[in-house]
Amino acid sequence: MERVVNIFWLGVKELRSLRSDTVLVVFVVYAFTLAIYTQAKGTSSEVYNASIGFVDEDGSALSRKIVEAFYPPRFQRPAMIKSGEVDDAMDAGRFMFVVEIPPLYEHDLRAGRKAEVLVNIDATAMLQASIGASYIQNILSDQVSEFLSRADAGFQAPAKLVIRKAFNPNGDTSWFNSIVALVNQVTLLTTVLTGAALIREREHGTIEHLLVMPLSAFEIAVAKVWSNALVILVAVAASMVLVVRGVLQVPIAGSPWLFMAGVVLYLFFATALGVFLGTIARTMAQFALLIILILIVLQLLSGGQTPVESQPIWLQRLTFFLPSRHFVSFSQAILFRGAGIEAVWPNFAMVALVGTAFFAYSLKRFRRSISLSR
Amino acid sequence: MATAGRALVATVDSVVHAYGRSSRALDGVTAEFPAGCMIGLIGPDGVGKSTLMGLIAGSRKVQAGKVIVLGGDIADEGHRRDACPRIAYMPQGLGKNLYPELSVYENIDFFARLFGLSAAERRERIPALLEATGLGPFPNRPAGKLSGGMKQKVGLCGALVHDPDLLILDEPTTGVDPLSRKQFWSLIDTIRESRPGMSVLVSTAYMDEAQQFDWLMAMNAGKILGAGTVQEVLDRTGTKDLEAAFVQLLPPEARGDHKELTIPPRKDVEGPPAIVAKHLTKKFGAFTAVDDVSFTIPRGEIFGFLGSNGCGKSTTMKMLTGLLPPTSGEALLFGEPIDAGGVDARKRVGYMSQAFSLYAELTVSQNLWLHARLFHLPAGKMAGRIDELVDRFGLRPYLDHDSGALPLGIRQRLSLAVAVIHDPEILILDEPTSGVDPVARDEFWELLIELSRGESITIFITTHFMNEAMRCDRISLMHAGKVLAADAPAALIAARRAPDLETAFIGYIEDAIGAGAEAGKDEQAREALRRAMSTEAHGGSGPALFSPARALAFARRETSEILRDPVRLAFAFAGSLLLMLIFGYGITTDVEHIRYGLFDQDQTPESRSLDAAFAETRRSFRELAPVASADEGRRRLKADDVSMVLEVPPHFGRDLLKGQKPEVTAAIDGSSPFRAETIKQYAEGTYMTHMQDVYRTQYAGESASPSAGIQPRFRYNPTFESIYAIVPSVPPILMVLIPAILMAVSVSREKELGSIVNFYVSPATRLDFLIGKQLPYVAIGMINFVLLTTLAVLVFGVGVKGSLATLVLCALLYVAATTALGLVISGITGSQVAAVFVTTILTMVPTTQFSGMLQPVSTLMGGARVVGSVWPTTYYMHASVGAFTKALGPRLLLHDALILAAFVPVLMAAAVALLRPQET
Repeated sequence: MERVVNIFWLGVKELRSLRSDTVLVVFVVYAFTLAIYTQAKGTSSEVYNASIGFVDEDGSALSRKIVEAFYPPRFQRPAMIKSGEVDDAMDAGRFMFVVEIPPLYEHDLRAGRKAEVLVNIDATAMLQASIGASYIQNILSDQVSEFLSRADAGFQAPAKLVIRKAFNPNGDTSWFNSIVALVNQVTLLTTVLTGAALIREREHGTIEHLLVMPLSAFEIAVAKVWSNALVILVAVAASMVLVVRGVLQVPIAGSPWLFMAGVVLYLFFATALGVFLGTIARTMAQFALLIILILIVLQLLSGGQTPVESQPIWLQRLTFFLPSRHFVSFSQAILFRGAGIEAVWPNFAMVALVGTAFFAYSLKRFRRSISLSR
Repeated sequence: MATAGRALVATVDSVVHAYGRSSRALDGVTAEFPAGCMIGLIGPDGVGKSTLMGLIAGSRKVQAGKVIVLGGDIADEGHRRDACPRIAYMPQGLGKNLYPELSVYENIDFFARLFGLSAAERRERIPALLEATGLGPFPNRPAGKLSGGMKQKVGLCGALVHDPDLLILDEPTTGVDPLSRKQFWSLIDTIRESRPGMSVLVSTAYMDEAQQFDWLMAMNAGKILGAGTVQEVLDRTGTKDLEAAFVQLLPPEARGDHKELTIPPRKDVEGPPAIVAKHLTKKFGAFTAVDDVSFTIPRGEIFGFLGSNGCGKSTTMKMLTGLLPPTSGEALLFGEPIDAGGVDARKRVGYMSQAFSLYAELTVSQNLWLHARLFHLPAGKMAGRIDELVDRFGLRPYLDHDSGALPLGIRQRLSLAVAVIHDPEILILDEPTSGVDPVARDEFWELLIELSRGESITIFITTHFMNEAMRCDRISLMHAGKVLAADAPAALIAARRAPDLETAFIGYIEDAIGAGAEAGKDEQAREALRRAMSTEAHGGSGPALFSPARALAFARRETSEILRDPVRLAFAFAGSLLLMLIFGYGITTDVEHIRYGLFDQDQTPESRSLDAAFAETRRSFRELAPVASADEGRRRLKADDVSMVLEVPPHFGRDLLKGQKPEVTAAIDGSSPFRAETIKQYAEGTYMTHMQDVYRTQYAGESASPSAGIQPRFRYNPTFESIYAIVPSVPPILMVLIPAILMAVSVSREKELGSIVNFYVSPATRLDFLIGKQLPYVAIGMINFVLLTTLAVLVFGVGVKGSLATLVLCALLYVAATTALGLVISGITGSQVAAVFVTTILTMVPTTQFSGMLQPVSTLMGGARVVGSVWPTTYYMHASVGAFTKALGPRLLLHDALILAAFVPVLMAAAVALLRPQET
């Protein structure tokens, strides 16, 4: 009972300290509102405004029709260049695509001969190159089909594949991005808040002050965990309601309560990580350097930036131990696919497991780290 | 103020100095400082002594009023430059302006280079100064590992190396053991003998030290209380010692009802001793912090622990409170061993740690309530107990104030109130009164005496003030981890037949370290010093814009520092290699092995051949168990078992053969949009190819099904694997992030730790400082370039196909630009933490979003395009991808190099503009 009282009051102290730190409060508010909005709206999986050049060696009605079929917003207005300029223009990065229409293109097609357009693709622009190439392919075959069917009634094009995107019919990137942004902010702020709270106590000597009182390291650590986790939890809930659902209009398919339960588990891990880093770093500056390295790893490999399935198998096995990967995975499952606990429990279990391991280990380090503080 | 007829080294006239908006550190100070003598500034902490000294030294910018130093206005930039080689300034704090990682010799050598001493002069003067200060035997020891007294000697050598006419020492002896203090002052005497014209301005917290100064100036609350020779001050106040004189000089309202402190004798209390230490020893690695310490403290005694900073006082105290387990020996509280995990004993102990360690952001009342709760005072009694303490400790007027904003004296009373809130039997106080003014200190002691005599609380107190030690019932003298003697103060003095406690203490220390052997050396040292000071140093203020020698002095020092800092080294190299691996393997846009299930409602050869077409494109698709119903399809998508369900309608085969157009549907998991989009393209492509095949074979010759296809040519990256695009894009990211962070941290670190004052008071220009600090980080950036390129070639198998030489040139210019960016950021951030986060936030977004890594710059629009074109990474990204993957030659890369080169001067100019040449 005394323990619970101690943990409660120490946590209340933590909240009061946080409230008086205006900069941090403003940063938390910013991170869960504006930062999420801009990240959600920032990038797009589709191709926009792609730079394209044409070498028209045919000069026929069809080739002109093809060139005219490329227009904003998907493509910039096509630039006409000469065939000798292609290499230089591509090398200088002026165009992502250069389409070369060969001589007698229309003529060959009308004669039923095979004729192909050469599309130069800057294959170092990974995100847009393949999708853009497909667009070009589609536009081209549409134009050609239309042109030929007008000329030849017997022409028949095969049926197209009907694509239905489940859970996000329009492929709106802001849905997924807003959740990834939320996950990233949770990781960043929770670890920074908790770790900094610990180091600040050590730098100000108040940690010694606490340790000579009838308090155990466990109580001090748990107080930090619950109070900082609570702040972030409230911020996540507010952000979900106001920003994600309110402003960004992302529909939520599954149970918000299940999602929040997952967030609580993840917060347990993130605060434990914060305490752990707080005991490793001897100064605030070391903590800051350390956290940059760790956060980049946690964020990049979480599956939020690029799909986990694309990682090499050996890396996938390693990232299986990253709670951030499971956070992204269960958020996606619950919020978009509407999955229930039966689908996400393995993710929950893994986050809880890693969180407990970190917490236990940092508790062990906690008392030892006191001797390092001068 | 009788300075008439004397030459003056400095005058200040109506000087006002404020930090922030509220507090005035100096509140209209007017004073004259006579030349050629030793001037002492006395007063407690926070009254403006350091501010005044900083203004005279030229390290602080004059806000209002006039400061004339060495015959000119120090606010005048020209005069300041001319005067600074003639002034030496040692800021407050032991070794504050030293570099802890550097050795003694390197520290002094750095100061000498900064002031433009030639190699020959340095070789001659530095050893002589080391000899004279007794540092001769340890030229290679890191400054951070020296005792407080030795650090101050190194600081003094650094100050004297360029022959100053005005030596400014801000509390040079606070926290230093009495023997080192004595040595320090005798050293100053010797220096003044060899340079009679030199003026010394010194501040001190020890009133007894001030007795020996030629001229005194007492300060309180930003004002000068009085000035004159020691005798004049004593005469004017009608007091016998300076401490009393200082109290007399205070305005009546600050003096309160101050009276001589009297200590009633101690009554013996029954029971076992409160604290027993038996052979306590604490070792940190090879270093013995506390060496075989034993003592017994009976109940109700005030036991003083006297010693310098770093002598082992605090470590002993931590062992007594169970914070640190002893290496050997044991400590007993009330006859029971201290158990580091046990909680019960701690309820009987009150602890007040060094400096202020309550929660500054909580109010006085919140602090009291928090501790009452944590000590589990009975709920009914809490309010009563807090009320009682508030009255007794005089905290009533401050209940709702933030604790951090209170004056030091009141904060200490609050700390004490918190320490006794649970009625402890033992009170352990770690230097509770350092920096507190004499009046507040006496008030504090009155409370202690009441607790001891009135309530028989045992008090264990550490201090480095002799007069405070005199008030204890018994004291122990500690030096270098050992207790030299323990007894009543008067008995200790009597035992050594010394005039006062300080002399007695010095005697004990000399006995302990065998100082007899040093007596003869004293004269030798004086001789060495006279030799060292006899030749004038030829250094000067040097070129006014940029001096390569001074810049190199900064560069040399920075390099040695980084080489000895494992954390920053690890971040610089291990960090970048780690991130390269993570980015290289982790960021990949290749979508492979898409799991799909077939929902075949047709089951004809045609539907199976369609399935085969998907299953055969091995790299893209992987077929899982077929889906039996639409419901199952939805469920499996939901559970992320499959990413796509391919649904073949009934009669697909029949319709197809009839020439109708049956609709095949692919339901794709859209929760991750980029992946969904890619899957869509793959599926459409695979389907289209298959259908064209079907048409060709089924209708061969009948219907025109011309392949109006395209022939894609994936330039630069024919296999279209993202590794060839990503790997060359990673070094541009890391070569901005890591050098910029380290650069910004390096400058912020100097600001935070205080060593930047060396730049403020030396003739070094802003350009010297910035370029000097930048060079080592450019080198780190280039080493990183080599490492990352090697990694790309050897581990990722991505070779350099273009011009390597031009890429190296681009890398050099790029790193110069990114470190300059770090310098710019350091101009706007105050702390190291802020430097790290601001640099990360400012650099990461434009670097990853607008520099062409994921999205080519040619496709950006609006603001993003503008940011992208003024961000150096854009050009280096182009050069790096160009040289690695696109096989570009020198001509195109040189274009990037030229643009990168243009960034450097622009960013450097911004960094110079943002760097303050003086503190505010």
